[in-house]
Amino acid sequence: MLSPVILVTAVLNGLLTGAVYALVALGLTLIYGVLHIINFAHGALLTAAMFAAFFAHRLLGIDPYVAAIVLTPLFFALGYALQRLVIGPAAHGDDRNILLVTLGLAVVIENALLFAFRGDTRTLNLAYAFDVVDLGFAFLPLPRVVAFAVVLAVALVLWLVLSLTDTGKAIRAVAKEKLGAELAGIDVAHIYAVTFGLGTACLAVAACVLLPTYYVNPHVGNAFVLVAFTVVVLGGMGSIPGALAGGLFIGVVESFCGLYLGESLGQIGIFLMFILVLLVRPNGLFGARA
Amino acid sequence: MRSVALAPILIVLAVLAVVPLLTASNVVLNFLTLALLIALVGQGWNVLGGYGGQYSFGHAAFFGTGAYATAILQTRYGVNAWAGFAAGIAAGAVVGASIGALTFRSGLKGSYFALVTLAFAEVLRILASVAPITGAGVGILVNLDLRPEAFQFQSRAPFYWILLALVGVSLVIVRLIEHSRFGAWLVAVRENEEAAQALGVDATRVKLLAITVSAAMTAAGGAFYVQYFLFIDSGIAYGPWISIEALLAPIVGGIGTVFGPLLGALVVRTLGELTKLAIGDAPGLDLVIFGGVLILVVAFAPRGIAGVLLDLQRRLASMRAAVMERAHG
Repeated sequence: MLSPVILVTAVLNGLLTGAVYALVALGLTLIYGVLHIINFAHGALLTAAMFAAFFAHRLLGIDPYVAAIVLTPLFFALGYALQRLVIGPAAHGDDRNILLVTLGLAVVIENALLFAFRGDTRTLNLAYAFDVVDLGFAFLPLPRVVAFAVVLAVALVLWLVLSLTDTGKAIRAVAKEKLGAELAGIDVAHIYAVTFGLGTACLAVAACVLLPTYYVNPHVGNAFVLVAFTVVVLGGMGSIPGALAGGLFIGVVESFCGLYLGESLGQIGIFLMFILVLLVRPNGLFGARA
Repeated sequence: MRSVALAPILIVLAVLAVVPLLTASNVVLNFLTLALLIALVGQGWNVLGGYGGQYSFGHAAFFGTGAYATAILQTRYGVNAWAGFAAGIAAGAVVGASIGALTFRSGLKGSYFALVTLAFAEVLRILASVAPITGAGVGILVNLDLRPEAFQFQSRAPFYWILLALVGVSLVIVRLIEHSRFGAWLVAVRENEEAAQALGVDATRVKLLAITVSAAMTAAGGAFYVQYFLFIDSGIAYGPWISIEALLAPIVGGIGTVFGPLLGALVVRTLGELTKLAIGDAPGLDLVIFGGVLILVVAFAPRGIAGVLLDLQRRLASMRAAVMERAHG
């Protein structure tokens, strides 16, 4: 049996990791809740965002936290354009086609990055990367504590946008009843694209808070997104509180799997849990929809 | 049983079979062998995805199982290569039936099914990359033993003919399925599962049989890969590349048609070679092209090349009819 201090530290570290999973899952669940599609390009878009943040620092010397201010609206626009110009028109309204188109996008983005930057793994060297927060009994890495706070802030902002603004109300209307929303004069194609843009913008934020402590390579997004899929299924497809709770929970599970099983098998724990969750509870723990 | 039109299949096989007699070029044979391999693997995907409407994103699970089963039996247990080949197909079918039983009984369909198949393939990939029996990160090398009894040949032609025979069998199987009661049930499940069930079709059983046949065909491709290259590792066996090529070939060629996977495999492989010629062998570039092709086909030719050809034929026929009418009227 491990000592309580190690266990508490594992839980805290798990929560910090889980927060980033939650943010990636937030984008995924938002898109699913409104468009009712699983966006297979989510991982590749996260990778693209991480490369963008990486080169913003490497070439222009912009700190990742500052880059977020530019990258977030940029990725919102990218997501908007992808849904409006590629996924929407190409899918002809058939769910199976949407699956294939987002898979195609994922393959294109990921391999274009592989072609451009090779399979090398890159990291940033930032002065504050190894700063820690001293809790008395444990040290937590500062960048990951910042990430945790940012995720909570983004979730709050997203919730406020959805519940208070007109666009947010339109998004919720389309999620609940697409035809009715259309009849009430809501431009569904526009709302779809806005939602996809918001989901993609979440990835830009996630990339910027990840970068100070994480590495970048052309496949880095995949690991996050398979975890995010698990989180979304666990939390209930389309549920925002579900994505948050699910993300934190998975982070802790992974932390414990890593502690007891070692790194490479810890990853298997995630997949097995994903399959188990899908097979047993396809509606998630909360069974909620947006 | 009604007569089943096998003539087109025999003609295509005959045309492909004479190629090694016309050229001794290893480049040509190697290209065609890879295209036929993708056609076989894609035909497997086509049975489940094209006819059954269940899109799998993880056919690597079956390809890799077929490959590892025969490689492990040969190298670790000294089993004869032909017996190992048969065992590889059987192992793939068992994995297919197991994944099918788990997923279809839980009522997973659409994107959930796609996701869970992807996850199974990834679990197998990670397991194969750490387990000692699969050679962990190093992979498995099959010993060189150039005798027909060991399923190894001096030249490429025998490999090519054996693979062509396998593709021929898969084409005939799919043609027979098309003309069978099972095929009708499968298409009914694809078009509307609830309606099919209301008419008394046992959808779960139909899908289970489909995934078993599908997995066996794809596993045959994996087992053949091992004999041809005498090497397998976790990235080749269970990597995403084969899952993507498996679905790309039938979608490009014509989803839910007998010749779709073969047609698509030839086109996709040609594209791959052309990009290699034009820009060089850069990692990732062929998949960029394949992903783009996937999007373009879904957007502009959802029924693939076969669909485009059928439309063209129909348009020509109606044009000819119009001309005839004008001439006689």
